Amino acid sequence: MATDNTMKVNLKVWRQADSKAKGEFKLYENVETTPDTSFLETLDILNETLVEKGEEPIVFDHDCREGICGMCSLFINGHPHGPAQGATTCQLYMRRFKDGETITVEPWRSAAFPVIKDLMVNRNAFDQIQQAGGYVSFNCGGAQDANAIPISKVDADEAMDSATCIGCGACVAACKNGSAMLFVSAKVSQFALLPQGRVEAVKRVKSMVAKMDELGFGNCTNTRACEAECPKCISISNIARMNREFICAKFKD
Amino acid sequence: MWLIDSSIGRKVIMSVTGLFLVLFLIFHMSMNVVAIFSSETYNDICNFLGANWYALAGTMVLAAGVVLHIVFAFLLSYRNYKARPIGYSTQKNQKEVEGASQNMLVLGIIVLMGLCMHLIHFWAKMQLQEIIGATPDYEGQFTNGAELIRITFSNPYVCLAYIGWFIAIWFHLTHGIWSAFQSTGLNNKVWFPRLKMCANIFSTIIVLGFTAVVIAGYIHS
Repeated sequence: MATDNTMKVNLKVWRQADSKAKGEFKLYENVETTPDTSFLETLDILNETLVEKGEEPIVFDHDCREGICGMCSLFINGHPHGPAQGATTCQLYMRRFKDGETITVEPWRSAAFPVIKDLMVNRNAFDQIQQAGGYVSFNCGGAQDANAIPISKVDADEAMDSATCIGCGACVAACKNGSAMLFVSAKVSQFALLPQGRVEAVKRVKSMVAKMDELGFGNCTNTRACEAECPKCISISNIARMNREFICAKFKD
Repeated sequence: MWLIDSSIGRKVIMSVTGLFLVLFLIFHMSMNVVAIFSSETYNDICNFLGANWYALAGTMVLAAGVVLHIVFAFLLSYRNYKARPIGYSTQKNQKEVEGASQNMLVLGIIVLMGLCMHLIHFWAKMQLQEIIGATPDYEGQFTNGAELIRITFSNPYVCLAYIGWFIAIWFHLTHGIWSAFQSTGLNNKVWFPRLKMCANIFSTIIVLGFTAVVIAGYIHS
């Protein structure tokens, strides 16, 4: 019987030896943890017991564990980054779950994000999209004095909101079509809203969308699942902006 | 051609054809509502829209819109399926995600099946007869739409089938209308709730108008 400070959960985890292997779920029963332990720490605890038993530990992505790097992933109980909204997996705590609950943990499923091992997927596709145009390439000169380039507060705030995308891929994982539109639109918007980004705006949106299509992501059907699951609450208004930018860019051809 | 090659282009085709079909539905519903108030006026409209060149041209454009919308719906769905070949064992949606948006293809197929039923009930007995040059049993047989409405909806099961069809159309439109604006870039944070509200209002008006005609047809039969 668990006391107030401890709890036991059953973890049903996807295990897959490598990208080509056929994976399957494995159930780890009665994993001891506490309500104030993070989900990733609970996986660490489980991994320690697996290593002690001589078994292969579960492979999963993680890095900063502060919700800012975008490395953690995991599809937990039917939601990317777990059931909490506006939070990454590393910010998910066991108090979200019931004592004795069976928690299903899967890798993110997308043709563009192949499984490397267990719960770790290859998100290199996002890097390729970013490399296709998610930057400013011209020489801006020395650092400008503050307010030398007037930018409205609304635009500055929206650009900042778009730039908070950490590129974790939860949007792709949540979308029933495996679409990367929220990620790409956030990256397009953070530049499109600012004068420095406008110079290459036409080329950027065309290149990034072309790369996204080439990599096999699905089409956006405006279900809003991406926005609802995004740990940084990126709005689908970015997608509308990208559509607008793309259509205008194509008409200029 | 970016409209066909790119994911955004394909969505633009879905949006433009979809909005065109919504405009047609508004026209169609407005025309049908006339039948509730005056059979003569409604039949005059049917006469006006017989197998004349402009009605035939309109029908061709409309059919092209329907075909494009359907072809691209399946094309997009196939690509979306390929983008996630392995699904999740459990996937749940947050409350913001509407059921209609997740099931547009299924709703669309129901709408298409209803459309076939509707074409058999009405178009095949009116404009098609004129196109193939069939001889009417009596004068005005192919343009007496008001009578055809009463005959068709005298069967309560047909009425129920039509109302079921309208419900599917309502769900399809509540998502489709605002979604069309989003896909063509005509949306932002301020306009999103407004567009959603407009989509709900338009869908409801269209569906209530059609339903009223079915009920009136049943009552007058």
